[in-house]
Amino acid sequence: MLIKRILMRQWRLSLIMGLLAFSGLCVASVESYQFKSPQMEAEYNQLIGELRCLVCQNQNLSGSNADLAKDLRRQTHELLMEGNSPDQIADYMVARYGDFVLYRPPLQNNTLLLWLGPFVLLLVVIVLVFVKMRKKQVLVAPEQAAMEKAKQLLSEPQEK
Amino acid sequence: MRFILPLGAFIFMVGLLGFGLTLDPKKIPSPLIGKPAPEFSLNMLYAPNEMLSKKDFLGQVWVLNVWASWCVSCRAEHVFITDLASRNLVKIVGLDYKDQPEDARRWLKQFGNPYSASLMDIDGRVGIDWGVYGVPETFVIGKDGNIKYKHIGPVTKESLEKEVIPAIKALLG
Repeated sequence: MLIKRILMRQWRLSLIMGLLAFSGLCVASVESYQFKSPQMEAEYNQLIGELRCLVCQNQNLSGSNADLAKDLRRQTHELLMEGNSPDQIADYMVARYGDFVLYRPPLQNNTLLLWLGPFVLLLVVIVLVFVKMRKKQVLVAPEQAAMEKAKQLLSEPQEK
Repeated sequence: MRFILPLGAFIFMVGLLGFGLTLDPKKIPSPLIGKPAPEFSLNMLYAPNEMLSKKDFLGQVWVLNVWASWCVSCRAEHVFITDLASRNLVKIVGLDYKDQPEDARRWLKQFGNPYSASLMDIDGRVGIDWGVYGVPETFVIGKDGNIKYKHIGPVTKESLEKEVIPAIKALLG
């Protein structure tokens, strides 16, 4: 019994170790950069979370192991160390790769539909529902009148 | 009659999705078109001690072809870049992107060298300035030093005849 319990424990331990070993694979950005301040490191992490890796379509820079993502992380780090603000770095990327590099597109003429579309759609649905409900009320009204009339007709012969 | 609305919505969705199929999400339009070409100063592949920079090309129409020896589709494109070079319209400059010089020289020896000059961007920094996100990419730059046209991905026979050469001829006037 004791041996079995020890074996069980060992098996569990090795499972945990195995999982720990694999958990490292989920984090793609492996470089360890030095920063001047914890705030700068936070800005770096925010930036690589919001900039798109252009070759991998739907990954941000922090989640990608692509060569270009590595280069752009290096560039982001260097620009931060040179004293650029996160906004300046975002502008730097947009100047080279276009708005597509941003995961949060800016509100401008060509993104109006993107930003306002859902609200327009919501408004259309509200109007449709409203119109439909009013139509139903109109339909119900004569029915009630008919019911009254039917009641009247039904009650008439009893009086005689 | 009651089917018209759902059917209409269905046809609209099919149309929308069908239109989506004609788009290539890998093609990201460059914000650099119509803007001045980014500055660069790079060592030449066949003269590692000499440098070329943007101002060396001012006043002429030229083509920058971004390639690398590790890039498979660059091989497919190579025939058409050679074809373009043989027409003697403009200078074609090769930007050897994130590559080792000896690999690049071997590649050009094996397939032939269509470039009037080859520049080495070993760490890919100039590539970032030009907004390169995948090789091959081809830029057409005007006499004023502005980027007039960019082709993303390998140039094919069709895109060479229908896009690249017309863009060059329009600039040559």
